[in-house]
Amino acid sequence: MVNHPENTTPYMHDQLTVPTSAEKAKITETGDVAVRVSGLTHRFGELTALLDVTFQVPRGGIYGLLGPNGSGKSTLFRILSTHLLPSAGTVFISRIDIFRDPDAVRTRIAVVFQEPSVDEKLTVVENLRHHGYCYGLSGKELRRAIDNMLGQFGLRERSHDRVETLSGGLRRKVEIAKGLLCDPEIVLMDEPTTGLDPRARRDFWDLIEQINQERHITFLTTTHLMDEADRCDRVAILDAGELVAEDSPAALRNRIGGEVVEIHTENTALLSEGLKERFGITATVLNHTLRFDSEEGHHLVPDVVDRFREHIQEITVRKPTLEDVFIHLTGHRMEDV
Amino acid sequence: MNGKPQAVPSVGLLLSTYSLWWREILRFVRDRSRVFGALGQPVLFWLLLGAGLGGMFRLPESLGNVSYLEYLFPGILVLIVLFTAIFSTISIIQDRQSGFMQSVLVSPMPRSGIVFGKILGGTTLAMVQAALLLAALPFLGMQISALALGELVIILFVIGFALTGLGYVIAWPMDSTQGYHSIMNLLLIPMWLLSGAFFPAEGLPTWLAWIIEINPLTYGMNLVRDALYSGRATDVISWGVTVGFALLTFVFALYVTRRRETGD
Repeated sequence: MVNHPENTTPYMHDQLTVPTSAEKAKITETGDVAVRVSGLTHRFGELTALLDVTFQVPRGGIYGLLGPNGSGKSTLFRILSTHLLPSAGTVFISRIDIFRDPDAVRTRIAVVFQEPSVDEKLTVVENLRHHGYCYGLSGKELRRAIDNMLGQFGLRERSHDRVETLSGGLRRKVEIAKGLLCDPEIVLMDEPTTGLDPRARRDFWDLIEQINQERHITFLTTTHLMDEADRCDRVAILDAGELVAEDSPAALRNRIGGEVVEIHTENTALLSEGLKERFGITATVLNHTLRFDSEEGHHLVPDVVDRFREHIQEITVRKPTLEDVFIHLTGHRMEDV
Repeated sequence: MNGKPQAVPSVGLLLSTYSLWWREILRFVRDRSRVFGALGQPVLFWLLLGAGLGGMFRLPESLGNVSYLEYLFPGILVLIVLFTAIFSTISIIQDRQSGFMQSVLVSPMPRSGIVFGKILGGTTLAMVQAALLLAALPFLGMQISALALGELVIILFVIGFALTGLGYVIAWPMDSTQGYHSIMNLLLIPMWLLSGAFFPAEGLPTWLAWIIEINPLTYGMNLVRDALYSGRATDVISWGVTVGFALLTFVFALYVTRRRETGD
């Protein structure tokens, strides 16, 4: 029975996941690195928004920054997009120091904000043209680039409509088209699917994956949604300003035992006590749910049900999700923050 | 676009200024309520105040034989410029909250292009609206020479630039348009009232005359009045203060735009 006694203590980080300074020193540019963040710390007065965050984004993949609201991912995003200067630490994008030479970085990145950045009163083409001008593109070259984008994103028919007349999904497409217009190496996105319905969200992600494969552009996106994080090649999990884990979604899930068992009950104290005594299991208590990881949860369930039948309202066994990983690492649910 | 361009072109000042300037014009044309707000309101003020106060208002002898409606006219020109500047800079607050300005700020566009584009956009709109009112001059029986008209265009341009720049500096750090409205009522409108637009400084209590004296807009108002009445706006001090005011607000606007947020 493999259990994790530290589960019960909130904010106790898995020791494997937080890089020590010795490990940090070992991080060198192996392979092609698109973004390298080292020792990034940011404070607003008393509040520490980011604490000693270090990670690397390999070139050509889709990289997710997963964390609840207030985890520091928005601050991190604002630093990466050259909006904000941090209290300490360094960030290199395509080997350029983004604090020393922001303009050189700005020509290589595209930024998709959570808030729409297109002007609703302007047409799709007018928005794209303005964006081209922002990046020094003009004349024939700009016209060709705009035409290319309109074709690729199926926006040609609506190209002379004002953005305010477009649906939410189409507006997001204009945002992406705008970002890709000037041939960026890296696209930074902040919760890009906010406000989209599930179907538009799926379409959006299909599009991102397609662009990523066709054009080998690196995507770095923040998200608080597990299914989105699951579609990334690698994920960094942030909680309370600290990086608690960084790996591929599959590897992150593998850190948890084979299965996750969740028991819904009115009497958490009794059941928690009972599980410990009878089965030697230390479960995490979250509201009315007891939760534990086990290599062979499905063998265990009949015994547990036999013993505590009258107290169990529901019991589930399933493969771990990134949500389970998050709980395992932080001791709390994402939405509880 | 096949293949990546080797060197990313550096973004010129002209292109970025043009882009933001053009956007200001487009947005204005597409929002009819703004046309009314910035032009209709001052004209309405003028007619109502001019007609209502005209009978009881005795202007000092030194101004000669002018009706109050005539006295108020230059002030209304400047009020149109002020309102247009306010309307076009209030959008900075919305632009900064929506992603639009964030997106401009993370582009390699020179910051001076952002400031120039926005201020010149507001100035252009102010001048177009002032020109509409000037076109009404012959109907009021007021004659104006070509020279005076030329002078007026330049003077209104400089005043428009200064006031839009001032609005820019006020709007930039704000996170709500309500805040801007209170500054408008507490600073911008009194600035206009106390510039000699509404009543002359002569015969006022000392403290009020003193405020009029240190108000930079007073000097712009002098120039407008000189150009309209005599066709000779040549007062060096008035020019100096007005141009200096425009330069100062531009430098401040550039400063607030360049400043990057930092941690502690």
